[in-house]
Amino acid sequence: MENRIRYARTHVTRNEDLIFERTSPGKSGVALPPLDVPSAPANQILGANLYRDDVEGFPEVSELEVLRHFTRLSTWNYGVDTGLYPLGSCTMKYNPRVNEVVARLDGLATDHPYTPESLAQGCLKVLYETARCLAEITGMDAVTLQPAAGAQGELTGILMIRACLAERGNPRRYMLIPDSAHGTNPASVHTSGYEVRNIKSNAQGCVDLAELGRAMTEDVAGLMLTNPNTLGIFEVQIREIADRVHARGGLLYMDGANMNALVGVARPADFGVDVMHLNLHKTFTTPHGGGGPGSGPVAVKRFLEPYLPAPVVEQTPDGRYRLDSDRPKSIGRVRAFYGNFGMAVRALAYILANGPEGLRQTTEDAVLNANYIMTRLRDVYELPYDQPCLHECVFSDRRQAARGVRTMDIAKRLIDYGFHPYTAAFPLIVSGALMIEPTESAGKAELDAFIEAMRAIAAEIDEDPQFVLKAPYSTRVSRLDEATAARTPILRWKPQ
Amino acid sequence: MRYLPNSPAERAAMLEATGRRSIEELFNQIPEYLKLRGQLNLPGPLSEPEILEFFREAASRSSREYVSLLGAGAYTHYRPVVIDALISRGEFFTAYTPYQAELAQGTLQAMFEFQTLMTQLTGMEVSNASLYDGSTATTEAVLMALRITHREKVIVAHTLHPEYRQVLATYVQQQGIEVAEIPYAPTGQVDLPKLEAALSPETAAVVVQSPNFFGALEPVRQVAELAHQRGALLIVSIAEPLSLGIIQPPREADIVSGEAQSFGVPVAFGGPYLGFLTCREKFLRQMPGRLVGQTTDAEGRRGFVLTLATREQHIRREKATSNICTNQSLCALAATIYLCLLGKGGLKSVAEHNLAKAHYAAAQLRAVPDVGTPFAAPFFNEFVVKVPGSAEELLAALREERIIGGLALEQFYPELESHLLICATETIGRAAIDRMCEVYRRFQARANTQGSAPEIQSAPASRN
Amino acid sequence: MSYPPEFLYTKDHEWIRVDENVGTIGITDYAQKELGDIVYVELPKVGDHVTAKESFGTVESVKAVSEIYSPVDGEVLAANPKVQASPELVNADPHGEAWLIQVHLVDRSDLEGLMTAEEYEAFISQEKAH
Repeated sequence: MENRIRYARTHVTRNEDLIFERTSPGKSGVALPPLDVPSAPANQILGANLYRDDVEGFPEVSELEVLRHFTRLSTWNYGVDTGLYPLGSCTMKYNPRVNEVVARLDGLATDHPYTPESLAQGCLKVLYETARCLAEITGMDAVTLQPAAGAQGELTGILMIRACLAERGNPRRYMLIPDSAHGTNPASVHTSGYEVRNIKSNAQGCVDLAELGRAMTEDVAGLMLTNPNTLGIFEVQIREIADRVHARGGLLYMDGANMNALVGVARPADFGVDVMHLNLHKTFTTPHGGGGPGSGPVAVKRFLEPYLPAPVVEQTPDGRYRLDSDRPKSIGRVRAFYGNFGMAVRALAYILANGPEGLRQTTEDAVLNANYIMTRLRDVYELPYDQPCLHECVFSDRRQAARGVRTMDIAKRLIDYGFHPYTAAFPLIVSGALMIEPTESAGKAELDAFIEAMRAIAAEIDEDPQFVLKAPYSTRVSRLDEATAARTPILRWKPQ
Repeated sequence: MRYLPNSPAERAAMLEATGRRSIEELFNQIPEYLKLRGQLNLPGPLSEPEILEFFREAASRSSREYVSLLGAGAYTHYRPVVIDALISRGEFFTAYTPYQAELAQGTLQAMFEFQTLMTQLTGMEVSNASLYDGSTATTEAVLMALRITHREKVIVAHTLHPEYRQVLATYVQQQGIEVAEIPYAPTGQVDLPKLEAALSPETAAVVVQSPNFFGALEPVRQVAELAHQRGALLIVSIAEPLSLGIIQPPREADIVSGEAQSFGVPVAFGGPYLGFLTCREKFLRQMPGRLVGQTTDAEGRRGFVLTLATREQHIRREKATSNICTNQSLCALAATIYLCLLGKGGLKSVAEHNLAKAHYAAAQLRAVPDVGTPFAAPFFNEFVVKVPGSAEELLAALREERIIGGLALEQFYPELESHLLICATETIGRAAIDRMCEVYRRFQARANTQGSAPEIQSAPASRN
Repeated sequence: MSYPPEFLYTKDHEWIRVDENVGTIGITDYAQKELGDIVYVELPKVGDHVTAKESFGTVESVKAVSEIYSPVDGEVLAANPKVQASPELVNADPHGEAWLIQVHLVDRSDLEGLMTAEEYEAFISQEKAH
């Protein structure tokens, strides 16, 4: 009896096959309307060499099977809608449902990118207004929405720095990056043709001015800085940093991944930042979608505006919108068309829903939540940089590591308590980092439950570290063998 | 603010716990002189009905009442309602990148299925879990070929999407890479003798698009032979992968990259879209982007993880295969659902409908005096038309009939004045095609009486 | 695992065994433990030239990449096909079966700055204390 009950449960929630294993010939999940033109003989038109009769292995399933398949898969996921998702540096905040509705409106979702400007005024208005709002929020003078994601925004910004310096006579050779930076920073710098020079952080986890002074030579194009940095700490000397970079003819790039700590409170333009990117999927609530699409607008000071990727959306004196492609100094295109338009729709809807007071309140709540967690966990987890944080706080696993339990193990055990883990083992300047960003989307009750869970895990580690090392116990699969996956990669299904 | 869960009392309690007396104190670390004085100058706050009203107004100033024959890298296909029903599940769309595999088996299995579908369609051995879009995927394919061959020259067909070529130029501008373009032959396909002449032992890769920007199918097999003779890789870019439902995949290619927006992703004024990249297994370690692999858990159950992550930026930093971090997971999920719904038979049927609509449209247009289709190469759902007189004037006349009649090619190919690129997918009804031909007829008649009907026989000179 | 006394060691955790003019090079037990499960090894081709203190290949675990530095200058005589086919050998037998390359030594003075087994063990006990 017990076995049968377990079997039924297993069938629905635990053991969904690959769609290819559900296939039976002759099924389909769509029906087409009758063809209202003469059918074209594909094999004759294309010829025997080009005509394809069959896509081998392709699935054949009904609509209901597709619906159930993906519904079941979805139940194995955890999202912001499920609960607290305190993944540091990822800003996993609520994705408002109205954003999804407006992004799918006929006229916005259905306009083709080559629609004549006169018939695309609504879409162009959305792009223009989004750029205008982001310029106001950052204090910068001009914004491009073309970059498809944060990393592409970085590349765009660095290429603009390069174009500007080249025009001044020398593009220079190096870009400085603090050792606390996200991995995309050095990768983007490399793609834009610069060499990376890492600079060490000081004891407060911030840029060391003396070290910067030594590194900032005439060969250096600039500094790429995340502010607040990946420890959730504001670079208090940001103005001095900007001055030193500028004094040597370099430019200051700001990675705006952590703007959720600043919106409505302070503006990067006032810090001396020359160019920066934003992540609409972080600060501006466009959904992460299981890993994209993102959107990485770039904001610049006036003197960099000529180098923006083309085209740029403009408003004409009569109030109409147009695309300006005649930009001789532009770095070129970084992506076809105008960027992830659908993400601009959602970000604009979020900004409009909040207004200036709402955005400021949002920032305050995000910072309050992070400080609350920091205060209530600091007696059990070590705080390597002991100072107030902004939107996220970073602990070290040092005390737990002494008992053989590392940050990733604590993260896995947190899953059993019903929470998504924090970011484990980043930033690299903290040994065994636990990087916690609650965002404003967590209420006190949820935070208290999270704090209790983290404290309970610390107690478990004291009592029975072996037990924690085998977590999670509650998920569909237990810890997966990543070594075998990498040694003998299986990257697609093949027929038996 | 309706999105924020904390009440004033809860905020006060939390603030007290942190030992601060005011919210302002939380921001003490930001120097006073750097703080914003006053408020941001932004509209809002708006209630939900007001937000709907704002965007409905914007949506009303659109082409939604028009029939559109635009393609050129973005294709309007019917999207079954099941796609949005499924991708709107919060567990999918509010999840992050599946770094915590135990809590993300849904996304991971779906991506594994996506990778499988893309290898089946393109005839390649491995696929990544998607890239930004067709333009960047094609650029990443080129960068990959440069790493594999350790060569520094690339040959690109002039019939590759103009915006893809622009993106490639932006990416390689600082790297000392030489990009040569090969003109098209009178058939609308890449000029093979010129390609052969341009190839050298320094050529890393040849890039062709098929169907190409003109809709013409390229002679992939011949291009592959020429490229491989010189030790260069062949990259085939595909912007309309629905064609693969009835057209042989480029099995002779080394890397296939492109745009899979056609598979259940709306045209949405240019994005978000869905780049893909598939290749031969031997190039796996040079691939950019995320990969999902199959493995087992501690109890031997099948499960999926992100794998071969050491290629990526978060580990290898400046030595990574690409700076790319995110993929287009939700769009890839939409494509997976779309392709599963269609299945083997549905994919073929939709592809056949596209072929039929476009060939009907081409035949009807050719029947209009002074109208021709100059390129003789076989095509799928898109083709070039030479029109009698000004393309812009004809497009304006079509707009009066609520038809967006295609893309004027002159902006990208100055030699192709009076040429339109027309795409007819399964969504275009016969009545609309007939109405379009009627406008052509009237336009031609008017042009004729004004005595300015141009000759249409000669194929366009191919300029570079 | 003990550190063979006939080997010499580097601060980057490689070992070298010298027989006549042939040096056999691998990574140490300490290095493989720090990396965890090794999933991939990338080595130079026979005939390539390696340079002292410069990287000649990489060893990868699931979440880390480590460069391997050559203790000496020389020409590659052999790259161990076994570790390329079964990278897990590096975890199982780092000082034996999982040697990485053999080189023809050009200049024996390269060996002068290297550590003995005893010195290396003292070195890693310091590393661990950090």
